[in-house]
Order: sequence, then structure tokens, then C-alpha cells
Amino acid sequence: MSEEVKVFGAWGSPFSRRVELALRLKGVQYEYIEEDIFNNKSPLLLKYNPVHKKVPVLLHNGKPIAESLVILEYIEETWKSNPILPEDPYDKAMARFWAKFLDDKCLPALWKAGWSPENEREKAVEEACECLKTLEGALNGKRFFGGATVGLVDIAANFIAHWLGIIQEATGHELLSAEKFPHLFKWTDEFVSCSIVKESLPPRDKLLAFFKDRIAGAMDAPTEASK
Amino acid sequence: MAAKEEVKLLGFWVSPFVLRVEWALKIKGVKYEYIEEDIFNKSTLLTELNPVHKKVPVLVHDGKAIGESFVILEYVDETWKQNPLLPQDPYQRAMARFWAKFAEEKIFEGAWTALCSQGEQKQKALQQTREAMEKIEEQLQGKQQFFGGESIGYLDIILGWISHYLTVWEEVGSMEIIDPAKFPATMAWINRFLKHPVIQGTLPPREKMLVYFHQRSKELGSTSHGWLRV
Repeated sequence: MSEEVKVFGAWGSPFSRRVELALRLKGVQYEYIEEDIFNNKSPLLLKYNPVHKKVPVLLHNGKPIAESLVILEYIEETWKSNPILPEDPYDKAMARFWAKFLDDKCLPALWKAGWSPENEREKAVEEACECLKTLEGALNGKRFFGGATVGLVDIAANFIAHWLGIIQEATGHELLSAEKFPHLFKWTDEFVSCSIVKESLPPRDKLLAFFKDRIAGAMDAPTEASK
Repeated sequence: MAAKEEVKLLGFWVSPFVLRVEWALKIKGVKYEYIEEDIFNKSTLLTELNPVHKKVPVLVHDGKAIGESFVILEYVDETWKQNPLLPQDPYQRAMARFWAKFAEEKIFEGAWTALCSQGEQKQKALQQTREAMEKIEEQLQGKQQFFGGESIGYLDIILGWISHYLTVWEEVGSMEIIDPAKFPATMAWINRFLKHPVIQGTLPPREKMLVYFHQRSKELGSTSHGWLRV
């Protein structure tokens, strides 16, 4: 049986990397199409995601799906090996709750704290640390948010495991420290050490250079498409 | 299923998010105890059951608490299998989830921002909301009854607030979001939704809502944009 699976993504986007990670965890073959999201979005991307014109887009047998968390749920329902969501409806609800918390509150707060001008920094950092503290509690001493194996929440938290540290290095401001958030800090290590995860992360040097350029260029506030 | 199941719903009389959960439970015929919360004077129960957000709705089922209306809806659908809310087909489910997220981010947020702001910010929010509503109008073209088909489904529930809250907000905010002449499919859907037996009798009284939102929009308009969406 031949299935056509394509992913439209951007090398530095945590959102498109989430989709790639989920497919790899489930052993799904896919064709990857790199989009130039800053300067030159392809006609195909605009055709498959006319509403948002963003990556990632998953194309399965010709049918497009956009929005990384929506795509992750679709992947889970379509390819049953190595589940990323728990069986139990309550545990599943909790996973969805935390994934939503990450996207609605955590990531925006972390992003803001990373790039705030001096006069807004203190408040932004405070909000970001509140989020990290909540996540620390949610992890509750487990190896992964998903328990023994990587799950939906771990995948959704990929930004924290990889991008955040690089942004910290580029800006010189630390948010996620081992002292303040020991479990979460340890989790970042556990997560990026998984071989499948490692394969699906953008190269550190390239990302660092990208963020340093950004600071040098003093660009406007980023949107989701530019992440 | 267990002989006796305890289902409780912590809510607030005018919260559109709470209404979603009520609609879902009623569609499935699930009995629940409703507990009214004063969100301006939160009980210890609420802060204990939803420590992360301290918000309603919170569904408590057999002692376990779940927050966030989107998350609760999926839980309800998976736990009580009768009258399914989401489609069976994974692609159709993805489409329902996609549009639900879109509507929440562009229409709900847009309308709320327009309600609580003035001048350029208000105009910009109105523009965003109208453009987003046009996409929903497109989605409704040719739909027989509801987004869910013959019966009310997940997306109808997520968007249902429009049928009752939008005209209230339009009046309070002195603005027009939906010109009925330009949104025939949406108007038809609204009418069908409001006539549905499950929906009737659940809606908060319009007069009370006008007073409430008038007060809230003044309070929120005078401070920086807060997280409280009611």
C-alpha cells in the first residue's frame, strides 16, 4: 500500500519539527518540503493552507491539514504504532490540557521574555517563570511528560528543550536554570538525548547564528510563521 | 458504565465556555450537578480543582477535574459514546479541530477585543472578526443543518456562542460584526441552532447579559487587555 505523506516545514520552526518528530516516532515515511517562510512562500503552501499561509502543513493522500497540534492528533489517529497519547480518557485530557497550556500561555510568555526590551523585561520574565514553574509541577518527577516514553506534551514542549537554551545563549538572559527548575532542566536533557528526537532537531549552530542575526538586525516582534 | 457516576460542572451563569460543556452533556443525556461560581470571588473549590488557570468551566467526573472547554468537550465525547460530537473519520476530525481553533482565535478573540476597545484597535479587531466570519460563512455553504451534519456536533458547540452573544456584544459595543444580508448561511445556521431543543432553555437572559457586558467592557476598556474573557 503506497501512501503519500508530505510535510511542508521550515528548518528552524519548532512547530513543523513537532510534526516531523511524531511521524518519525511512528516510523512513517514522508517527503519533506522546505519552505522559505520569510521571503518566498511557495504557491503549494498557499494552496494547502490558504487560511493561515503557515507551516507546518501535513499532506496525506492529497488532503492538507494545518496547525501543529491538530496535525499531531491526526497522526495519532491515523498511524497506531507508538502511541503519543494515553489510552485513558482522563490522562488523554490532561495531555491535551498541557499541550494547550504550552501553546496558549507558555510559549508566548517565553518568547516574549526572550526578546523584551529592558523596560519590559522584568514583568515578561516573571510571567515566563510562572509558566516554567507550572510545567515543573506538571512533570511531577516523571522522566517525560508522557511518562516512560515521549508523548504529545513532550513533543509540544520541544521549543523548551532545544530552542529556549539557544535563545538564552544568543541573548545572554537565562530563564530555564537547573537551580530553579531542576526537573524540567533534566527533562530537556532526557528529551534531546533520545535518538529519534535528536535527528529531528535543527542544528544548534545554525539556530544560534539565526538568533544572533536577529538580535543584530533588531527585527520586529516575531510572529508564529517566523519561529 | 458504572452504576452511579458523579459528574459536576463548575460554571458561571454568563460564560460561553461553560455553556459549551452544558450543551455537550445535554446532547449526550449525561446527568450533572451544576455549581455556580462567582468568578470575581473564586471559591477554594475552584482554585483547588483548576489551580493552573483558576477558571470555569471545570468538569469533575468521578472526582477527577478537567479544565479548558475544548479539552472537556473531547473528554465528554470519548467518555460517553452516544450522540458523537466529533466525526468518526480522522480527516474530518482534523477539519473540525482546525476550524474550532480558527474560530476561537480570530472570531471570539476579535469580537471580544472589539467590544473592549476603542478607535483604531477596535476597527482592526472588527475587520479581523468580519474576515474570519466570511470564512465560516464559506464553510457553511451547502451544509444541510449544522457543521456536524444532521445533528449538532463539536464545531457547532464551539461556535454556538455566536448565536446568542454576538448581537449582545454588537449592541454593547455599538458595532456591527455580522450584516445579516451578507451572511445568509450563518444566519440560517444561527436560527436552526437557537431552535434546537437542547439549546433552548440554556441561554442566559439577554437583558441580564446586556447589563453585565456593558459593565465588563467599561472595566476592561479602562485597563490594559487582560486575560479574563468574560
